[in-house]
Amino acid sequence: MGVWGSAQRTEKDISGCGIVGIMNERGDAFSGESIAVSICTMMERGNGLGAGFAGYGIYPDFKDYWCFHVMYQEEKAREAVEEYLAKRFVLKHQGPIPTNTVRALRSVPLLWRYFFDVRNEVKDAAGEEDYIVECLMEINRNIAGAFVFSSGKNMGIFKGAGNPDEIADFYRISDYSGYLWTAHNRFPTNTPGWWGGAHPFGILNWSVVHNGEISSYGVNRRYLEGFGYYCSLSTDTEVMAYLFDLLVRRHGFSFDVVGKIVASSFWSQIERIEDADERAFLRALRLVYGSALVNGPFAVIVANANYMVGLNDRIKLRPLVAARRGDYLYISSEEAAIRMVSNDLDCVWMPTAGEPTIGRLQDGEA
Amino acid sequence: MTTGNWHEIDAQGLHYRGLNERIREVLNEGSRRIVVKNVCGQRYIGDALGENAEIILEGVPGNDLAAFMDGPRITVRGNAQDGVGNTMNRGEVIIYGDAGDIVGYAMRGGRIFVKGDVGYRVGIHMKAYKEFFPVVVVGGGARDFLGEYMAGGLLVVLGMNREEVAGDFIGTGMHGGQMFLRGEVDPRRLGKEVKIGKVTSSDTKLLKKHVGDFCAYFGFDLEKILKKPFTKIYPYSHRPYGTIYAY
Repeated sequence: MGVWGSAQRTEKDISGCGIVGIMNERGDAFSGESIAVSICTMMERGNGLGAGFAGYGIYPDFKDYWCFHVMYQEEKAREAVEEYLAKRFVLKHQGPIPTNTVRALRSVPLLWRYFFDVRNEVKDAAGEEDYIVECLMEINRNIAGAFVFSSGKNMGIFKGAGNPDEIADFYRISDYSGYLWTAHNRFPTNTPGWWGGAHPFGILNWSVVHNGEISSYGVNRRYLEGFGYYCSLSTDTEVMAYLFDLLVRRHGFSFDVVGKIVASSFWSQIERIEDADERAFLRALRLVYGSALVNGPFAVIVANANYMVGLNDRIKLRPLVAARRGDYLYISSEEAAIRMVSNDLDCVWMPTAGEPTIGRLQDGEA
Repeated sequence: MTTGNWHEIDAQGLHYRGLNERIREVLNEGSRRIVVKNVCGQRYIGDALGENAEIILEGVPGNDLAAFMDGPRITVRGNAQDGVGNTMNRGEVIIYGDAGDIVGYAMRGGRIFVKGDVGYRVGIHMKAYKEFFPVVVVGGGARDFLGEYMAGGLLVVLGMNREEVAGDFIGTGMHGGQMFLRGEVDPRRLGKEVKIGKVTSSDTKLLKKHVGDFCAYFGFDLEKILKKPFTKIYPYSHRPYGTIYAY
């Protein structure tokens, strides 16, 4: 798979990516406009090489169907993917993703979405989610010029190489309503800026926006391959999406425990803990899940249909601020991005290193 | 717009470039008292300004507030974000709310007073030289890596309304200057390059001066604050890595 239209830059400005998430924990839908206004407050945190949005609850008419958002480099790739999908799924609806023309955007791929169900025999085998993961991995690895960038139910990821205002306008983000939104403004440093490399990254209902870099990428990637996750997107963030899927969906951990795995305390801090059981538990986590420890500076917001979780690296090398107002939880790189859409807040705080900030949908699945 | 002898600027919808140009224009016109309303995330406010001016900010200013600043007194009626006083040279920053990470980053002179809490790596690489002596006083608590690589100046954390005045790895890489943390500090929280020392009478004099000004700005009682003893933290060596990098 080529990296389409990637912009290579030789100079480096001093900055960092911007991330923001807004969730209504009661599940009330609100327009994507607020998330667009919020991320655009942090324009300086990006450099025009990537921006994107994830919205949950945006496809109520097709809420029980899987939805793939796919980008194509050429028509040939679309034909190949549609042939592949027709063989494996029962298609409900398909069409181009609605977009506006934004003249500043370059190398715009073909963008399609597909709503479908799995065949009954797959449903009966109770491995529906693993089957979806298998299929999207196969498309992304084996069909040249095609890239599935969103693959959940009643949610969607919209992203590309551009500034956040341009990408919001392009995908008509304010036309959608959802109860949980995340957004990203990208400043690529180690990997190329291309449409597929923008954030959020998604797998099933998971989405991840990420500021920072993952120094442990090689270790994490090899570890994940043992569980059937293949990294092929030229960006370190995808390991974060796969780690959350593995640790929460497949291994059944709570977000608090995931925080202790991917952003574990130092051994010296663990040895100081007085409660012997907790000390033993944290030691065991580090020993068993050492390869899932994510090293390097990062701040992420991870979301699925029921949760929005903000998390920092173990020594807090990237900023993260959280706030609440009524049923709303906000998580952002900068407080100003929250204030811009909601100035009258109940409380504002800076989460500590490795401490997850958790928003939970009321009446959602635990 | 001018009210009394305060010049008012509305920052609503202004990008940082426009806002900072406007502040410079007003100073060039001769005003020395400026109120900026509706500040929300604009970076570099007060950047490199040399005038002895009063600037009041209403709202949340963006990163690198007062970077390279060389004279004004900035008062923030709200919280501040990251990098307050980055490489600041002279003047004062008074923050009525909380401030983020790396307050006083590479600061060379002037003073920063924060009423509330501060984030990680506060005072990182502060430095002093001759008459330049940077001071940071924090009313609340500080997170990990307080005074990291600190090379000079004074860092005071009062830890009001908190159990722990600071986080872990205090003074990691510190090789100059001194820190005073109010209350006890668990030695296991210290970095490898610092030790705990006795508070001397000249230390108390220094604390009285700067904590006294902190109290005057925010309306606290100095006597009450000084009743609780301070822990002094200072470096073992002014060249902790000398044997690592020099042969």
